[in-house]
Amino acid sequence: MSTTADAITVKNLTMAYGNYTVMRSLNFAVGPREIKVIMGGSGCGKSTLLKHLIGLEQPEQGQIYYGDQAFQTGSESAERIRRRFGVSFQNGALWSSMTLEENVALPLQQYTALSASEIGEVVDFKLSLVGLAGFGHRYPSELSGGMQKRAGLARAIALDPHILFFDEPSAGLDPLSSRRLDDLILELRDALGATVVVVTHELASIFAIADTALFLDAESKTALCDANPTDLLNDSTTDPKVRRFLTRGESDND
Amino acid sequence: MTDMTNKADWSSRRKGDAFVVHFSGSWVNGQPKPDMHLLHADIEAEPELHTLHLEADHLVGWDSSLLIVIRQLCEWAESQGLSTHLEGMPDGVRNLIVLSRAVPENKQTQDTCPDDFLSTIGETALAAYRGLDGYFAFLGQLCIDLFAFIRGRGKLRSKDFLLILQAAGAQAVPIVSLLSFLTGLIIAFIGVIQLQKFAADIYVADLVGLAVTRELGAVMAGVIMAGRTGAAFAAQIGSMQVNEEVDALTTFGISPMQFLVVPRVLALIFMMPLLCVCADFVAMAGGMVVAVTISDVSVLQYCHQIQVAVELSDLFVGIFKSVIFGLIIALAGCYRGLNCGRDASSVGQAATSAVVTSITWIVVADAIFAVMFHILGV
Repeated sequence: MSTTADAITVKNLTMAYGNYTVMRSLNFAVGPREIKVIMGGSGCGKSTLLKHLIGLEQPEQGQIYYGDQAFQTGSESAERIRRRFGVSFQNGALWSSMTLEENVALPLQQYTALSASEIGEVVDFKLSLVGLAGFGHRYPSELSGGMQKRAGLARAIALDPHILFFDEPSAGLDPLSSRRLDDLILELRDALGATVVVVTHELASIFAIADTALFLDAESKTALCDANPTDLLNDSTTDPKVRRFLTRGESDND
Repeated sequence: MTDMTNKADWSSRRKGDAFVVHFSGSWVNGQPKPDMHLLHADIEAEPELHTLHLEADHLVGWDSSLLIVIRQLCEWAESQGLSTHLEGMPDGVRNLIVLSRAVPENKQTQDTCPDDFLSTIGETALAAYRGLDGYFAFLGQLCIDLFAFIRGRGKLRSKDFLLILQAAGAQAVPIVSLLSFLTGLIIAFIGVIQLQKFAADIYVADLVGLAVTRELGAVMAGVIMAGRTGAAFAAQIGSMQVNEEVDALTTFGISPMQFLVVPRVLALIFMMPLLCVCADFVAMAGGMVVAVTISDVSVLQYCHQIQVAVELSDLFVGIFKSVIFGLIIALAGCYRGLNCGRDASSVGQAATSAVVTSITWIVVADAIFAVMFHILGV
């Protein structure tokens, strides 16, 4: 794979549930080491887009490329591509029958030849990165929602992924934890050189981490813009819907 | 119409091309309210109206019930081509009405298909076809993963597997034993009553022995395990589906089939024959209790008679069936669990339909076996 190619390229993607079209003809690219935020109002299809990107849903039309490889669920290459992913789910999605340690260790056991003690060290380290050192023996049900979410992140970065996906990382977190998570995302990008795709509608996070932001509009069922959020605010040609979103509606009063 | 009482009321007058409605009294939930259709009629009766002014300066009290009336009135008036003005209403009322009408009602309906008779039949057939498709895909994938496991390429967490074995095996022994014991008791009781008429009490051993080993042991164990373990499988996997845990497995490239379904299927295939044998012997013991107490068959006679009547092949017929029943229960439970929706109620549905599906298929399979063994002469 050439390093100049975009990490993710989405061409003409149409998403639908049965007869109901969620989004039409989406085209965008995520460059290597880029942090792309997918934003938009509730119910506009942000999480659906994420599910398409990670192969949990099949596109109605269009293709998704990782580097120059097409991502087609079920194919051999899809499995290879998938191993470079890390996904942090909205509510953590920790495996409830396993302790935190086992949750983080499972991908390592599956895909690496590390010995049990080496895996233990990696697990401890990843848990400490998200501020959960010492909680390894707990079961997910014994943790608060925010802790579950962070543990989900520790699991997502267990294999040092090239591409990280976050579904609403800061939803339900207090402002400080949310801020710490943003910092962590930035550091992971810098340290691992990872490409990051974040679904969120938290404005503070959007401005803090996004290199580019893709705005999905539920009414027109298309993406209205794909640019740096600060530039979007300063640019007078920005679509008024995007401007309203980025200013919490305060530009209405201008 | 007076402000002296607390009764909710309105009065109206015409002012140029405007119609003014004045609300008074106490507009709170639980109080009787005047019929607003009279107001509609009044307004309709006036020619050449352009605006509707709503005002209220002597309200005794108001809550949502006044807001609802005003909102409906505004909508009705606007549909009649009148513009509405709320300047005369208290600030709170006006602001809340403005807020409630800030986002227009969603008129967009989801694309639905026509609901005539033929379309319904077509949609149902397509849905059934897709369901069948899904079922075959499930079975095919399971075969691939089972084969991979047998060849030692599958990955199974031994800790999970042992826990499932325990839950589906040892922990089911008490309930299977209790119900089998009672079943043996009942069959023997019915048998003894009838056989005593012919002084053939001793044949109660044949009756219990054959019925239990060939049929009831496996069926009882199957029905109990369907209700106990099949439902548990569906609920466990279903709630993992709700919690996105299954998605998490998929994104790590771990096949949910290998990780969740294979251990459960294997566990039931291993445990059901053992439970069946347990059920067989406990039920025969139950029959013995009745035979010994209410007829004059001795323990030794009963055991000897069973030994004569029941052949090893009879026992194996039951054991063979129990393996198939175990497979049915595990498949139904896991399939329903994996196809569970994304909310709490669908977990309940998944568990229910897992039990119904597995019991139905157990009975169907049992009927097929009855015919098959008859033809084969087993």
